[in-house]
Amino acid sequence: MTIEQQKFSRGPSDLSTFLNGLWRENPVFVMVLGMCPVLAVTNAVVNAISMGLATTFVLVCSSALVAMLHNFIPKQVRIATYIVIIATFVTIVDYVIQAISLKIYGALGAYIQLIVVNCIILGRAEAFAGKNTVRKSILDAFGMSIGFTFALLCLASVREILGNGTLFCNTPFVIHLFGPHFEPWAIMLLPPGGFFVLAFWLLLFAWIRQRKTSKGTLTS
Amino acid sequence: MPKNDWFAMVRTLGMVSLLSGVLIVMAYEGTAARIAWNKQQATEAAVFAVIPGAVQKATFAVGQDGFTRLENHDEKGPKVYAGFDASGTLLGVALEASAQGYQDTIRALYGYDPVKQCIIGMKVLENRETPGLGSKIVTSEEFLKNFGALNVSVNADGSALEHPIELSKRGMKPESWQIDGISGATVSSKAVARALNESAQRMAPLVKKHLDQFTVK
Repeated sequence: MTIEQQKFSRGPSDLSTFLNGLWRENPVFVMVLGMCPVLAVTNAVVNAISMGLATTFVLVCSSALVAMLHNFIPKQVRIATYIVIIATFVTIVDYVIQAISLKIYGALGAYIQLIVVNCIILGRAEAFAGKNTVRKSILDAFGMSIGFTFALLCLASVREILGNGTLFCNTPFVIHLFGPHFEPWAIMLLPPGGFFVLAFWLLLFAWIRQRKTSKGTLTS
Repeated sequence: MPKNDWFAMVRTLGMVSLLSGVLIVMAYEGTAARIAWNKQQATEAAVFAVIPGAVQKATFAVGQDGFTRLENHDEKGPKVYAGFDASGTLLGVALEASAQGYQDTIRALYGYDPVKQCIIGMKVLENRETPGLGSKIVTSEEFLKNFGALNVSVNADGSALEHPIELSKRGMKPESWQIDGISGATVSSKAVARALNESAQRMAPLVKKHLDQFTVK
């Protein structure tokens, strides 16, 4: 029995399952998964929130359904089944976003349909929901989704503030942070800006983790 | 491979696909009406934005011999939108224009006043221009002022425009049919001028010729 299996046989607490995705295994900052939407839609906070909510819905629903069905799914066709389940919920989200706001739908573009191939979702179905109870899988999915949305917000707020001088633009709550003479850093809204900001956040989180571990070894 | 394995795989995929189909149909049925309404609202808002003062609109299909009124908005093919004031007087016709921009096609809607023979408003509907530079074609008030009364008079034999819509020379005062481009966004400004010129050369004479076909009811 590996260490990983022992951990599962004892079963981590609900709280630690939930918190796992938020911090210790944050999908973006630790596992570096799902980079495509992370870089593409984080040029405005409202886009990041919409993408986070859409991914949350798909991840929670598909994890729940996969966990419910995992005893009936033969392992030879499990990936195909997971993809069908995920694609179903993505299609539903696609319609719902169009019904809520065409403006947001236009801003997110193809990245809504691309949630189907977001590796966070397939990854959680394969690594967690396919082996755990429905309750645990939903908690894990929520944790991961909030972790993902948090990461999107981290990138989007920096990029929007520097690249546009605003927060929450395209919403009724828009805040103009700088005066009218502020010259926006247009590059922050362009793809290179996404890479720069992601790099700084990754650096910051790696540094925090490293400091934590080095403190740990000192005290033990 | 044992036979019941094969059966289990077909059964699982079949059941999951069936469930998926049912869920998608439910989502589609639940949102279709609202999505159609959203799309109509978006076109309406754009039409009223490019025809100042308009409060009613009617959709027309463009055909060989002029314009025919459309009741059903879902019909395919080129369309124009006529804007009327409260008493039903035609204020202008909203036309679509598109041209290749810096990165992708720029799509715009512009209002044409057939009486004044002017473009009276322009709104970019779709663009992927560089944020902060080319995207100024959407936001720059200075640039949008060009389209308050842009001269698009039709020539004497009614076949094309008297003067093509173009960017003015740098530093020169623009003529009434010229657009003052945005510095730092020349390619995007040019694309807008090209889109409007291409569309207006074709459509302005046609609208002028069939003016009586635009009725409010």
